[in-house]
Amino acid sequence: MSEHSGSSGGELVQLLTPQGERIDHPDFSYSGSDDEIAAHLRDMVLVRRIDAEATALQRQGELGIWTSLLGQEAAQIGAGRALRSQDVVFPSYREHGVAWCRDVDPLRLLGLFRGVDLGGWDPHAAKFFLYAIVIGAQTLHATGYAMGLEKDGEVGNNDPERDAAVISYFGDGATSQGDVNESFVFASSYNAPVVFFCQNNQWAISEPIERQSRIPLYRRADGFGFPGIRVDGNDVLAVKAVTEQALERARSGNGPTLIEAFTYRMGAHTTSDDPTKYRLDDELEQWRGKDPIERVKAYLSRAGAIDQAWLEELQAESDALAVRLREDCLTMPDPDVAASFENVYAEQTPYLAEQQAAYAEYTASFEEGN
Amino acid sequence: MSQSQTSTSAGRRMTMGKALNAGLRRALEADPKVVLAGEDIGKLGGVFRITEGLQKDFGEDRVIDSPLAESGIVGTAVGMAMRGYRPVVEIQFDGFVYPAYNQIVAQVAKMHHRSRGLVPMPMVIRIPFGGGIGAVEHHSESPEAYFAHTAGLKVVSCSNASDAYWMIQQAIALDDPVIFLEPKRRYHEKGEVDEDATPAPLHRARVVREGTEATLLAYGPMVKTCLDAAEAAAEEGRALEVIDLRSVSPLDMQTVATSVQKTGRVVTVHEAPVNLGLGAELAARITEQCFYSLEAPVLRVGGFDTPYPPARLEDHYLPDLDRVLDAVDRSLSY
Ligand SMILES: Cc1ncc(C[n+]2csc(CCOP(=O)(O)OP(=O)(O)O)c2C)c(N)n1
Repeated sequence: MSEHSGSSGGELVQLLTPQGERIDHPDFSYSGSDDEIAAHLRDMVLVRRIDAEATALQRQGELGIWTSLLGQEAAQIGAGRALRSQDVVFPSYREHGVAWCRDVDPLRLLGLFRGVDLGGWDPHAAKFFLYAIVIGAQTLHATGYAMGLEKDGEVGNNDPERDAAVISYFGDGATSQGDVNESFVFASSYNAPVVFFCQNNQWAISEPIERQSRIPLYRRADGFGFPGIRVDGNDVLAVKAVTEQALERARSGNGPTLIEAFTYRMGAHTTSDDPTKYRLDDELEQWRGKDPIERVKAYLSRAGAIDQAWLEELQAESDALAVRLREDCLTMPDPDVAASFENVYAEQTPYLAEQQAAYAEYTASFEEGN
Repeated sequence: MSQSQTSTSAGRRMTMGKALNAGLRRALEADPKVVLAGEDIGKLGGVFRITEGLQKDFGEDRVIDSPLAESGIVGTAVGMAMRGYRPVVEIQFDGFVYPAYNQIVAQVAKMHHRSRGLVPMPMVIRIPFGGGIGAVEHHSESPEAYFAHTAGLKVVSCSNASDAYWMIQQAIALDDPVIFLEPKRRYHEKGEVDEDATPAPLHRARVVREGTEATLLAYGPMVKTCLDAAEAAAEEGRALEVIDLRSVSPLDMQTVATSVQKTGRVVTVHEAPVNLGLGAELAARITEQCFYSLEAPVLRVGGFDTPYPPARLEDHYLPDLDRVLDAVDRSLSY
């Protein structure tokens, strides 16, 4: 009998239950200290706060739109913290948590959604490429980049400082795109050092996962000839352990892995969306009980690694971050129209230069006329 | 002031979005072979709610929520058309039609011709297009020239509720594939829709404002911009004629030529970049057909030849009343 694509049953890797109990898995373990787990908790709380502030800014008209990561913090922080500095990320448009792990200033993300620029960070410096809004395109870019790493000899040297891998993030809906399936073919064919990290948050706007796949997504990898694994996407320990292993496999020259992080989009698809039109509160309630942050808090509190004072300090830190972000967002300068004409080509064409000059003359004539 | 030649009796007032919905509903009622497909068009009713309620009333067999794959949506529509259906597919936003570009230009457009007419492609590809809504990348593009350049495709765009209602039904009834461009920033604008009227032919342009001194040629979202410009010009005593082309391919050159012979001056207006845009084709044909009537070169107003800018710059990029009037001034100065 085929396993239902939307149920989490079967071989879900989990190391921390929703109640905050650590459990063993035959193939994966989390070896970090409680301090490290507390650091993950801090990351998750801060990115949730950034997300909430961005949503509020959108509501107040300061952003055009916002793509909330609410509910997906563990998937993103677990995977983001599994990266080594030399690894390279190809995100979709919801990976604010991974951006955080790559030290991309959240303000730059706000700039994109405010319409100030098209992605204001340096992709090479951050090893975090620009957000990809056209669904699935980035998985091919990730694969090609990984092929380049391989050609450059940056894979399989048994050198933890040097060996590198690529990771690409995408959603469950994206798995229907030709680009994503083609990236699987290329990665498999060239044994490329790439990890395909699918956050199955159960919905592609209004369409449930069943519309995209009749089998669990991780099993698709089998047909392409590389391993697939399903992890509890709300369990930061399991996500980190699974991603670390997949990245290591890639870095050591053993090729791609598909990770399906089984999670849930707790909010709307974007601030423009109204999920009450297509999904039931029951489902949301059920997932509320699997919150990625609460279980870590429960574990660490029980273990005595954090206490109320620690949590209050974190609360204060996240509030301060939100205040800083809001101020910086509101004072972000609008771009100059000249930016439109820049970098269209390596060297501006005479035709475009003329167009830019003509427009400048036109706007200037206006100012005189006033 | 009436902007429509077709309707005289009072109709219902509705938004362009609602008019499209009503037109699609009527097409579904009229022909059981009409099927709708696209991302989020069923239960949600589409991200712009154009198909709202249609799945509920016509069933999941006829109003299909597609997997997230545009090439798949158009490619399977080709197969359905071969099987005798009349697919009407929705591309969620202009910038997401490109994964389907191969199916559209290499398959849909050529099928009728290469099968010697034996395999027609009665398909409509609806695309909300254009900017002005403050969106992020890939949500504000005007790809009409790519399609108009492709033989075998028809390309039309509605500018008001009444046309939306009628043109979508005409496009669906047509045996050719039609790229149906919906000006998303005008979805909420209201107009009179007379459901008993006799509509003008699909590929006929319409003079939406008469004038004598210059002709403004536009389609889709820019028709309103041109009408506003003509209104402003009238206050300064200048009579501009405005033509809503409605059909981008084929072009109704007869309506255009008649106007140009009267005014002698033309400004074309579209959101798409100027370079090799529709304005270029119009300028060439007008020069060929109306050379001796022209008092000035045909001038083009359009988007910059740059990628669509971030939202905070789109008001620079998009033609507005002032840029249209500036071009009119330049035309009149010859
Ligand atoms: C090629 C393409 N088609 C359509 C869209 C519109 N769109 C944006 S997000 C989305 C759903 C994506 O779902 P999924 O891949 O599951 O990712 P999620 O948003 O849930 O993270 C759609 C259809 C797009 N951005 N690109």
